[in-house]
Amino acid sequence: MPRLTIDGKEIEVEAGTNLIEAARRLGIEVPHYCYHPGLSIAGQCRLCMVDIEKTPRPSIACNTPAADGMVVHTQTERVKDMRRSMMEFHLINHPLDCPVCDQAGECWLQIYYMQHGLYDPRMLDEKVHKPKAVPLGPHVMLDAERCILCSRCVRFCDEITGTGELGIFGRGDHSEIGLFPGQDLENNYSGNVVDICPVGALTDRDFRFRVRVWYLDTTKSICPGCARGCNVEVHVNRKRPHHAEGRRVARLKPRFNDAVNAWWICDVGRYGFDAVDDPSRIRFARRGDAEVELDEALNALLDALRRHTPAEIAILASPDLANEDLFALRRLTETLGIRQVAFGVPPAAPTPAADDFLLRADRHPNTRGAETILPAGDAAAILAAARAGRVKVLWVFQHDLLAAGWSAAETRQALERVDTLVFSGTNDNATSALATLVLPLAAWVERDGTFTNFLGRVQRFRAAVEPLGEALAAWDLLGRLLGPLGVPPAGARAELWFRELATTVSAFAGLTYQSIGDGGAMLAGAPPTTAPEPPGRRAPAPA
Amino acid sequence: MKTGQRFYLREVLAGLVLTGHHFFANMGKHIAHALGRKDARGAVTIQYPEERRPYSPRLRSLHRLVRREDGSPRCVACMMCETVCPARCIYIVADEHPNPEIEKMPSRFDIDLGKCVFCGFCVEACPEDAIRMDTGILEFSSYSRLGMIYTKEMLLALEPAGPDGVPRSPVPIPADRTV
Repeated sequence: MPRLTIDGKEIEVEAGTNLIEAARRLGIEVPHYCYHPGLSIAGQCRLCMVDIEKTPRPSIACNTPAADGMVVHTQTERVKDMRRSMMEFHLINHPLDCPVCDQAGECWLQIYYMQHGLYDPRMLDEKVHKPKAVPLGPHVMLDAERCILCSRCVRFCDEITGTGELGIFGRGDHSEIGLFPGQDLENNYSGNVVDICPVGALTDRDFRFRVRVWYLDTTKSICPGCARGCNVEVHVNRKRPHHAEGRRVARLKPRFNDAVNAWWICDVGRYGFDAVDDPSRIRFARRGDAEVELDEALNALLDALRRHTPAEIAILASPDLANEDLFALRRLTETLGIRQVAFGVPPAAPTPAADDFLLRADRHPNTRGAETILPAGDAAAILAAARAGRVKVLWVFQHDLLAAGWSAAETRQALERVDTLVFSGTNDNATSALATLVLPLAAWVERDGTFTNFLGRVQRFRAAVEPLGEALAAWDLLGRLLGPLGVPPAGARAELWFRELATTVSAFAGLTYQSIGDGGAMLAGAPPTTAPEPPGRRAPAPA
Repeated sequence: MKTGQRFYLREVLAGLVLTGHHFFANMGKHIAHALGRKDARGAVTIQYPEERRPYSPRLRSLHRLVRREDGSPRCVACMMCETVCPARCIYIVADEHPNPEIEKMPSRFDIDLGKCVFCGFCVEACPEDAIRMDTGILEFSSYSRLGMIYTKEMLLALEPAGPDGVPRSPVPIPADRTV
């Protein structure tokens, strides 16, 4: 293991670590554009120059592996001078249209220029003009003028997705990023090129012009789009509600987690948050068609649960619920002795398919958690019992049973046969329209909780915005039912419910919110995970 | 207080003498001025609003949005003014401009003058010189809060004040004002 000195501090790193990473570990930032830890090394931007003792000239830190006894200086006058010159080169043809650029505020050209810029430009000639506002695909917009040709996006399409849509065309200062003829940037990971673009050349068409980035608050969260549970950051706009047509969630950005998704997320998850601010959101409890106070609806539900024998009550939980919710539900079913509990509902045709990298066919974030916490049940059998008139109270969480992979006519028959159909969910759907009692649930960005991904990794997500109307997290809703039934609820915070879950369900034993942390923790007995190998890095399949 | 000031009648008479002196002196000066003695200047009443005091050229008056040659706003909805505004009285919603060279424009640009503190930061922050406070208009009262909100169209229609500081556009009268 090489031991080297950077700016007077010593560090020992694994062989093969480059100087940028070694410096990062010491808290020293070496400015760079083209280097990305998830991609191959290009050495395009020449900004990461550092001085190494006993070498005549500064060398690029991204392509210099740490060697034993190396003495590196990142702040010498020569290095600073070089950065200034490189910034001048990068900005020669840059249009400086920061006022209209969506990247402004999180742009590495801006950041490094403030640190190392040559504030008095020497460029007198007319700048080279290139195409602006060119849509590359459904999600990405290109502004070729702003591009500094770091080639991160090109390498991403070559090495991560393996689709190779992008290339650099032209020579000299006329080179520009572009699509190969006849291609569109349409792969399921295209949104990532926006994240890795250090400047405003690639911007997100969905996010474009909606909110300025400095108005956004960020919260660490988990993508609820599929069973993978990619780590994301939720960017919400609370400061300027008139922007973005009142959408509170502005965008999702991937959050690095080596064990799950590395640096990437797929477009299905990235753009899959529309339901949160959709007009179909359920804000208040409903009884029949009339909006009622939440307490009144809860009392009506309590009444129905008390009036019927456990054999007449069935609950269809959802794999979209968090572990805490499912545990509270388990408490309720144990208290009342309800046996008819299930959570899995087959998706309607065409059934969603997995892709070759992160996206899973199971589009629910917590199927593994539901399998672990709830007893195995058969949703189809519950519906059959309802159709036969044996179920008087059916409580459905989140699912739209009429849009499931069952015969809609038979399902409708079953739902209409039930005396009290209770629906609790975040958004209205065909099932909630049939329900006699509707209870609002908080969406995943409005509450704390944990999901268990398909490999058994328990990961926390956090509240980013306030719940709409009277919506509650499901554990809270269930806790308010448990109190009158004589069972003290575990507490007024998701964390307390999780603590009780950990003491009750053996697979969760020993886990706490602290031990889960930002990276997640494995269920007892589940082997540790790593992020899957990107398709672009795999050996090609034999022809 | 001096002893003499304790006598009521004496003080009242002294006051009358002072007022009377100013009254007759001013009357004489105004008559002289009216008869052609232009150097005779008495105390002046300015006949506002027909007449106005000269304002400083640096006066910060009602905002206006500067237009391009085609009449569209010069504003590119960069949100600098909205960000810098200490009163948070600017509401901008951005939209795509059909011309990719311009790219961005405001679909909505409202200033709530009921909140505005006339600090002029928006003018200083603007990178496009698209907002100015040089209309010379100071009269924008309203009977309702809604009447204090000036929309993009209202702000675009305003002209800068003339060289004498007199407003060149009519004072925008909110719809709710009848007098």
